[in-house]
Amino acid sequence: MTGTASASGLHLPRYLSEAADLRTPVGYADYKSTALRAPLRTPVDLPHRLTEVTGPVLGEDRVRPEDADLTLRNGGEAVGQRILVYGRVLDSDGRPVPDALVEVWQANASGRYRHVVDTFPAPVDPHFDGLGRVVTDSLGRYEFMTIKPGAYPWGNHHNAWRPAHIHFSLFGRAFTQRLVTQMYFPDDPLFGQDPIFNSIPAAARYRAISRYSLERTQDNWALAFEWNIVLRGTGQTPFESSDPRRDDGDVA
Amino acid sequence: MSIDPLDVPDVSAPYQPRSGQRGSGFLTGPVRLGLTPSATVGPYLAIGLTWPDGAWAAAESTEGGFWIRGQVFDGAGDVVPDAMVETWQADPDGRFPSPEDPRGASSYPGFRGYARAQTITGEYAVHTLKPGRLPDGEGGLQAPHLDVSLFARGILDRVVARIYFADEAEANAEDVVLRGLSEDQRRTLIATPSDDGYRLDFHLQGNRETVFFAV
Repeated sequence: MTGTASASGLHLPRYLSEAADLRTPVGYADYKSTALRAPLRTPVDLPHRLTEVTGPVLGEDRVRPEDADLTLRNGGEAVGQRILVYGRVLDSDGRPVPDALVEVWQANASGRYRHVVDTFPAPVDPHFDGLGRVVTDSLGRYEFMTIKPGAYPWGNHHNAWRPAHIHFSLFGRAFTQRLVTQMYFPDDPLFGQDPIFNSIPAAARYRAISRYSLERTQDNWALAFEWNIVLRGTGQTPFESSDPRRDDGDVA
Repeated sequence: MSIDPLDVPDVSAPYQPRSGQRGSGFLTGPVRLGLTPSATVGPYLAIGLTWPDGAWAAAESTEGGFWIRGQVFDGAGDVVPDAMVETWQADPDGRFPSPEDPRGASSYPGFRGYARAQTITGEYAVHTLKPGRLPDGEGGLQAPHLDVSLFARGILDRVVARIYFADEAEANAEDVVLRGLSEDQRRTLIATPSDDGYRLDFHLQGNRETVFFAV
């Protein structure tokens, strides 16, 4: 068990980091916007104390049932390929992260965001706003119904196109677990030229790609993609847990 | 003499994989799943991350409430209008509305502890309370502080800073984190009093680059 016992007798978890060569760097030369924005100095180590190991409880009251279905907005059906996106939110010890707020946003089927900054000449869909919110259940599971987002061009380099992706924002339980990321779809031919995808170290890129799921594909309705999300854990195995609240009983 | 490619020596002992590769059938070490990699929040964060009540770490009428405002600057000195600033902090008693606090979750009237603000007007603004001091794990007390996460297009992983308060000079002098920084570095984290609270700007790059933390 990792942690630090303080003079006041508090035993705090220490959240483990991913190895540097498997983490997305804050800046990446081929992604041009990072040049003036990504901090250049080496960050100062901040040991985990009370503020870092705690986090806000942002649960059910922020989410309505209809927030989990992005295909039905403003009284009509969104255009595009319906997809069910589902998976589990886990920590790196394999433990589910229950009751965690998951926020998603995305472009519509034609690759257009409902945002004033997006000037791509593709149609806005009156029945698609691109916003979804769900809370994980007691086993850390989430799912939402949406439209497969289109690829879209951007100004990073000549003929630059973002691979289809869905933005995810997650809190977990602690400040250290906060994650904002993007989910991709299998075998996208646009991966090779996309600096945002390729800023992820090669050995970790597969973790950002969802899997087509025939078993959850809904007959006569929607394709399904599975994507599990892993947040930082504390290096405790379930065997060591003395806290029944955190023990899901699954040690297999 | 010719070599017979089919003349494979017989094996007398049962086949053994190389040492250490035959499992016991039980886990012998911790299972460690690979972390999902971070990505930029992008230019369209307002679609997914706008909350009508985002700014209110403490509700409007909470006694002692004040605003913390500031701007985010890029390496050219230009204001960043598409960043998101999130804050997390203790309540005035030094407790957290979080079950992860080993001292137990607290409930301070009107206090959420967390705020999220975008910089679309050119500055962020969060309404909150002065946090209490917290044990630092080394026998001392931390100065009142907020933890900050900063997200923007052009930043591939969130960057983390802290906000301290200029009118807490005595506590700041004792703070274990501030004591590890130079005077120039400390200045980038200390909010100064203003008309309706405090101000602190964040500089992503340049001579005045904010001290960012690896958590």
